[in-house]
Amino acid sequence: MIPSTLEYTKATSIDEAIAAVQAGARPLAGGQSLVPMMRLRLAAPGAVVDLGGVAELVGVCEDGDEIAVGAMTTHRAVAADPLIGEHCRLVAQAASGVGSLVIRSRGTIGGSLAHADPHGDLPAAILAAGGSVVARGPGGERRIEIGDLVTSYLTTSLADDEIITQVRLPKGNAQSAYAKFHRRAIDWSIVGVGVAIGADGVRAAATGVADRPTRLAGFEAAVNGGGSIAEAAAAAGEGLDPTSDLDGSAEYKRHLVGVLAQRAYLEAQG
Amino acid sequence: MATVERKTGGGIGEAVLRKEDRKFVTGEGRYVDDLRLPGMLHAVFVRSPFGHARITGIDTAAAEALPGVHRVLTHATLPAETGVLCASNPPGSDVRQPEQPLLARDEVRYVGEPVAIVIADDRYLARDGADLVHVDYDPLPVVCDAEAALADGAPLVHSEYPDNAAATLFHETDGFAEALAGAARTVELRVVNQRVTPMPMETRGCIGDWQQSTGEVTLHTSTQVAHFVRTFISFVCGTSEAKVRVVTPDVGGGFGAKLNTYREEFAVCSASRVLGVPVKWIEDRSENAVATIHGRDQIQYYTAGVDESGRIVALKLEAFQNNGAYHQLLTPTISHLTVFMVPGCYDIQNISIRMRQAFTNTTPTDAYRGAGRPEATHGIERLMDAIADDLGLDAAEVRRVNFIKPEQFPYSSSTGLVYDSGDYDTTLDEALRLADYAGFAARRAASEANGRYRGIGLSTYVEVCGLAPSAVTAAIGVGAPGWEHSTVRLHPTGKATVITGTSPHGQGHATSWSQIVQTELGVPFEDVEVIHGDTAFQPYGLGTYGSRSLAVGGVALYRSLGKVREKAREIAANLLECSVDDLEWTGSSWQVKGSPDRAKTIQELAGAAWAASSMPEGVEPVLEATTFHDPPNFTFPFGTHVCEVEIDPDTGRVEIVNYTAVDDCGNVINPMIVDGQVHGGIIQGLGQALYEETVYGEDGQMLTPTLVEYLVPSAADVPPMTLARTTTPSPSNPMGVKGIGEAGTIAASAAIVNAAVDALSGLGVRHLEMPMQPARIWNVIQEATS
Repeated sequence: MIPSTLEYTKATSIDEAIAAVQAGARPLAGGQSLVPMMRLRLAAPGAVVDLGGVAELVGVCEDGDEIAVGAMTTHRAVAADPLIGEHCRLVAQAASGVGSLVIRSRGTIGGSLAHADPHGDLPAAILAAGGSVVARGPGGERRIEIGDLVTSYLTTSLADDEIITQVRLPKGNAQSAYAKFHRRAIDWSIVGVGVAIGADGVRAAATGVADRPTRLAGFEAAVNGGGSIAEAAAAAGEGLDPTSDLDGSAEYKRHLVGVLAQRAYLEAQG
Repeated sequence: MATVERKTGGGIGEAVLRKEDRKFVTGEGRYVDDLRLPGMLHAVFVRSPFGHARITGIDTAAAEALPGVHRVLTHATLPAETGVLCASNPPGSDVRQPEQPLLARDEVRYVGEPVAIVIADDRYLARDGADLVHVDYDPLPVVCDAEAALADGAPLVHSEYPDNAAATLFHETDGFAEALAGAARTVELRVVNQRVTPMPMETRGCIGDWQQSTGEVTLHTSTQVAHFVRTFISFVCGTSEAKVRVVTPDVGGGFGAKLNTYREEFAVCSASRVLGVPVKWIEDRSENAVATIHGRDQIQYYTAGVDESGRIVALKLEAFQNNGAYHQLLTPTISHLTVFMVPGCYDIQNISIRMRQAFTNTTPTDAYRGAGRPEATHGIERLMDAIADDLGLDAAEVRRVNFIKPEQFPYSSSTGLVYDSGDYDTTLDEALRLADYAGFAARRAASEANGRYRGIGLSTYVEVCGLAPSAVTAAIGVGAPGWEHSTVRLHPTGKATVITGTSPHGQGHATSWSQIVQTELGVPFEDVEVIHGDTAFQPYGLGTYGSRSLAVGGVALYRSLGKVREKAREIAANLLECSVDDLEWTGSSWQVKGSPDRAKTIQELAGAAWAASSMPEGVEPVLEATTFHDPPNFTFPFGTHVCEVEIDPDTGRVEIVNYTAVDDCGNVINPMIVDGQVHGGIIQGLGQALYEETVYGEDGQMLTPTLVEYLVPSAADVPPMTLARTTTPSPSNPMGVKGIGEAGTIAASAAIVNAAVDALSGLGVRHLEMPMQPARIWNVIQEATS
């Protein structure tokens, strides 16, 4: 629990932060994942740049058909935000269930996506919502769909010198819900499922079942094809190959996906 | 929870707010890590990454070349007279005491075993240095399970012990075999009491400070047993006990983990001796998971011979205790306490117990809140439900027919204890009433209508505490007595200082002891200071563990207060020019009987005793008294806990929907503190029942080294609890007190598991192992319904 020596700087603008990242610093958002990894010496960046002083990375606003969420907006702020609550309810709900109040008060939506923990709630919720991120690097900005952002365990398609500046959440996800299953109130999800009932049909995505957030093709096909919710739940685990571990067997986790997809769907229907 | 009026001062029986809490909640607590001594260096231990390996080489050159690193010490260079000492040698057990050097010599036997110590300018540099120490290991086969370790052909933990047997305890009453053979029916049950980690909020930590010119050594350490540490430092470090001072600053919890003497405590003293400056070590959280003792880890096979009413006519227990790789301070005694408490609160006259203790490639086990008694209680309480289940009887009724009856006290148990007092039916009646046991069927039906299983479970427990009569500790092979010290000192102004040999680390002794002083001597609560934790000024004290502090240390205080009061009486008689027999005690003064105007307050008498100008013949100045109280017997708190759970069949989650505890700990000093102990104890038992398990993989790696894997319940996971008490004073001490520090933990796990088994009993489920994590319960439901 004793981190290696590192250089710490605090950026006050996005450009300053990108310059620091270009020079090799690791971006530090809310510190709820990176700091514990450093303390365990699972990560040993020689330098970090703290994004906590970059005002333009914080806040939520409407932008056409989307809601633009600053990457450094905390889980607590996301959970309480009325725009997100109205148009993208499952994301607010997922944010409200992350860790403890302390973690929600420090942890950020952008940090959660960039960290890409395979049990994270926000990547799955935003994937179900059809969201994306805006990444900025020295060459400018680009849009990355959530499904293309996370590529494996703790790994993203961000370039080494890019940071996430915004999360874009499409409106039209008012009918949505996020259901998670975990042991203690403060634990990571063993499995979590987000379901959004949109104009184009139902989208569902899960966390905890693969190396990245995963669309539930079986569930979506069944429910969009007119099947009953029970049939859809039974099909939810199709094609998934979760890891058996102390939290439970692969079979148990596949079963949980169906249970949670059904719960989220029924809740989303209202 | 009972609503009690909370006060800022008061005497025995009042819910007084804790006087020590202001400093803790305002951050003014002073723990080992807050101490900074001049010239102090910092230590980090290099620890084994293997469960079992031969060390073929240690290269410290790169670490010692790192700027800021002062020295890397290994077994070859760290001075020590001997290794860690175990104070427990149960007679007739063939106990083996393997050498446990301060740093591994040529073999490591569990993940986390210390191999080298890196000393640097700060903790960060020391850790960097530790990463540069290169140790060559030749891995060896491992065994982590006690039953597997004792099987033929198991890998050997210590090559000199060809069977991994650490000790074997055997106790059987005459005529046992005939009694079992004659039983109408037998009921069998296998119960696993899994390994858990104590996990106090403050990890361990210590600073060794060796004065090279005088040979004096001061150890600041986070411990429950300062004097015991002092005695052992004199042995291990090879110095006079009179030159050793052990200072215990504020301690952030122990749960038994700090009822010990550890390699690191000796190592920092010896390292300070080598380097000539103080050396500090603070254990980090992941290090705590492997380097500090674990608890429980016992596998039990019960066979009960019963009659048709469910009464046990003979009870057999074959058990396996996992001792870990070495013996810590009391390791072989912990499961000995299990042996003593196997019959629980039941009148079981024919008994046979074999406790086979094994060495394994795991962290040593030792005392953890309850220390051997939770294992006994969990097992017998699970067995009671299995008997009820097999015979189709009510779980409460099976307990009643087996209870020791009030008229049987003092009761001689078949394991050799004498239970002091008890009234088990009354706590059971009260708990069933508060839990609305009679209305359970309707609640179950309502839950089932919602697609959920519902169950109710009982745990009727008795525990042995107030450790311990010194003749008994000697008889069971514990190399330490069980008495306790107190000194009461009245100052010229009438204020009081209490020096106690107990070692509070969260229990609130400063408050409870002040309440006792107010009631027994009339010095107001706020005028009392309670000090402890420094062997330089304290007489020998045995410390805090085993729910002993009040029943032994509190009684020592009570007796010292009586001595002061009687001495004050002689001085009062002299001042009031009367006979001592003419005086009566008002609670705060001595007065001539029937004459309130002729009285001397205790404060006036303290001043007079100090001034010493008008002392009776032969009476020494100053009101001060010391007592070393050796209890004549243990105390035996008891009670009934009732738990009600719902189980979600879709996820397997067990949710506690109601929890009722009726405890009897004799007379109560501070009901708020007692409630707090019961709450905390239940939560710790709940943790074992639902969440906690220290898991080793087959390769000897620990799979639960951080708080992400090792799940300690949080405040949000605590169910509603209803607490109540009955009062059956202990006849073993003049205060009638028993102790409450471990009762909740001892009772809770069985109540919770019994409730969950009851919930699934309709599926044919007869037993569940802990922790009852959702995946396990879901699997059980799947198997039972498929």
